[in-house]
Amino acid sequence: MKKIFYILLLFSSILQAKVIEVGTNKPIKSIQKAIVLAKVGDTVLVHKGHYKEGNIIINKRIVFIGKNYPILDGQKKYEVLSIKADGVIVRGFKVIKSGYATLEDPCGIKVYNKNNVVIQNNILDDNFFGIYIQNGANCIVKNNKVSAYGKEEQRIGNGIHCWKSDRLQIISNTISGHRDGIYFEFVTNSTIKGNFSTKNIRYGLHFMFSNDDAYISNVFKNNGAGVAVMFTRRVKMVNNHFEENWGDAAYGLFLKEISDSFIIGNKFAKNTSGIHMEGTSRILVQKNSFEANGWGMKIQASCMDNEIQNNNFVGNTFDISTNGSLVLNTFNGNYWDKYEGYDLDKNGVGDVPFHPLSLFSVITENNPSAMLLFRSFMITLLDKSEKILPSITPDNFIDKKPLMHSLPL
Amino acid sequence: MNRIIKIIFLDILKNKIVLGYTLILALLSWSSFGLEDNSAKGLLTILNVILFTVPLVSILFATIYLYNSSEFIELLLSQPIKRKKIWLSLFLGLSLSMVAAFFIGAGIPLLINAPDSVGLMMVIVGCLISLVFVALAFLSSILTRDKAKGIGISIMSWLFFALLFDGLVLFLLFQFSDYPIEKAMVAVTAFSPIDLARIQILLQLDVSAMMGYTGAIFKDFFGTAIGLSVSFLLLCLWVIIPFWVSLEKFKNKDL
Repeated sequence: MKKIFYILLLFSSILQAKVIEVGTNKPIKSIQKAIVLAKVGDTVLVHKGHYKEGNIIINKRIVFIGKNYPILDGQKKYEVLSIKADGVIVRGFKVIKSGYATLEDPCGIKVYNKNNVVIQNNILDDNFFGIYIQNGANCIVKNNKVSAYGKEEQRIGNGIHCWKSDRLQIISNTISGHRDGIYFEFVTNSTIKGNFSTKNIRYGLHFMFSNDDAYISNVFKNNGAGVAVMFTRRVKMVNNHFEENWGDAAYGLFLKEISDSFIIGNKFAKNTSGIHMEGTSRILVQKNSFEANGWGMKIQASCMDNEIQNNNFVGNTFDISTNGSLVLNTFNGNYWDKYEGYDLDKNGVGDVPFHPLSLFSVITENNPSAMLLFRSFMITLLDKSEKILPSITPDNFIDKKPLMHSLPL
Repeated sequence: MNRIIKIIFLDILKNKIVLGYTLILALLSWSSFGLEDNSAKGLLTILNVILFTVPLVSILFATIYLYNSSEFIELLLSQPIKRKKIWLSLFLGLSLSMVAAFFIGAGIPLLINAPDSVGLMMVIVGCLISLVFVALAFLSSILTRDKAKGIGISIMSWLFFALLFDGLVLFLLFQFSDYPIEKAMVAVTAFSPIDLARIQILLQLDVSAMMGYTGAIFKDFFGTAIGLSVSFLLLCLWVIIPFWVSLEKFKNKDL
């Protein structure tokens, strides 16, 4: 029995992963060298320092840990960290100044066709692309701070860029100053949760051809054009905040060709357009709050079978606008602060239907300059008569059960 | 001059109409802020008051007051006082009472319930609008000796600025919608003090919508420091020019 125990102990000491330390006052001074020396399963521990080693390639399964945020500097020439092995863990580095090239897209940290990679607690600053996952699966990107200082779209890449991947988890990252904060293309079954994406030049989140994903509890604030979700099926958008996305082509949430999705419990505040829908179908928009937006929702006539229910529309300039007279979506049980009806049986539901589409929103849709006349007494009069006898706005564009009191969202 | 202003101011206070006006404004503002839990609706009510009620009351009251005090004016003229001084003190006395009425009635609830840029802008704009329409009242009352005609002119000018002008602009917008008229439209607003006032408030109140495409053009002009000062300057011109014209007429008028 004892023998077996000793043999096991011997084996375990052989199998035990080594820790290779790198630092200015350690025997090994170069990260590249440490990676060459490391065997599969070893840990490379990098101490504080400024490392200018060009492109660092991790090509075996190791744990790559930085202590006190050692700086990996790409000197504006190289991709900083390339991960070309499964199961690599990268933690605690400060990755700065990746190169700039339009053909190769050099990154702060890039994963090449590998699975189970964990990128956690890093600081990425002033890179072309921040973190790039190319054709990966089961990767985790967590708690990273990604920032850049892009001035124009062409000169800067995305914060967290994911392409053709599956089952990713993008959790609690902070991204600012990139082109798109988070970019998803052909990424499936993935979760984006608790991220804060702000002041990016184009979109806070850019989402294309990515089915069966969920994004939950993220904050998208003050991005150039808000958030875009396009050409995708079965997306769940829950509890996110879309704030202060201002400009003509800026949307809290821009939906194009989306179907079978859920938009639940989000907050849209102070956007030029809260939600802009184009060609979307079978979406459930529920329990969201639209506050102080220019347009709460812009629903183009190409949308159908969407259900908008139990939302709060408060303090928006226009609650809803559309560009046609075809009504294929249903509104039910929303709270509209512009509702002027009554509730005789006191059941909390207004007795007369509400026309969320104001005459003036139709006029401005056709003739944007008319915005100049908004809130003029003349226009208010026209709006009132239109509410009573709809002639320009579609008369079946109604919420049959408008709520008398706002929902506690 | 100060004594004449004081006499007029006290006289206006005595006839209680302005007091009633203050009371009604206060009632409207406090109740509209009190009814809803968010201040947005209250702001809208006061916006309509500023764009509609304030001009009407200011112009009508000032016109009628001027006609009714023609004997008092004649009495003053028999004294060794310059005509300019008399007319100016009349204007200052009237506008002081109208502005005070607006400020106490609507301004204070505004500043208490919406102590931000929107509230402040509304107070300033409301006071300016009171001044503009008092000045217009001076112009319309000097144009004719006939009281009914004078009041008619003032009501017409209120109707024009409050309703017809926007109708005309809307008509123009649709007639010329194929042309890039956004910038011309900005210039057109200078011809109506109510529009100037409305757009300044709009830029504070509906800032999200104003960031849209055409909104942005307006915001680029009205929202900048230059645009802001230009539109305030224009509003001041709307006070100065009608009053100045009426003053010139009054100086040479054969009473």
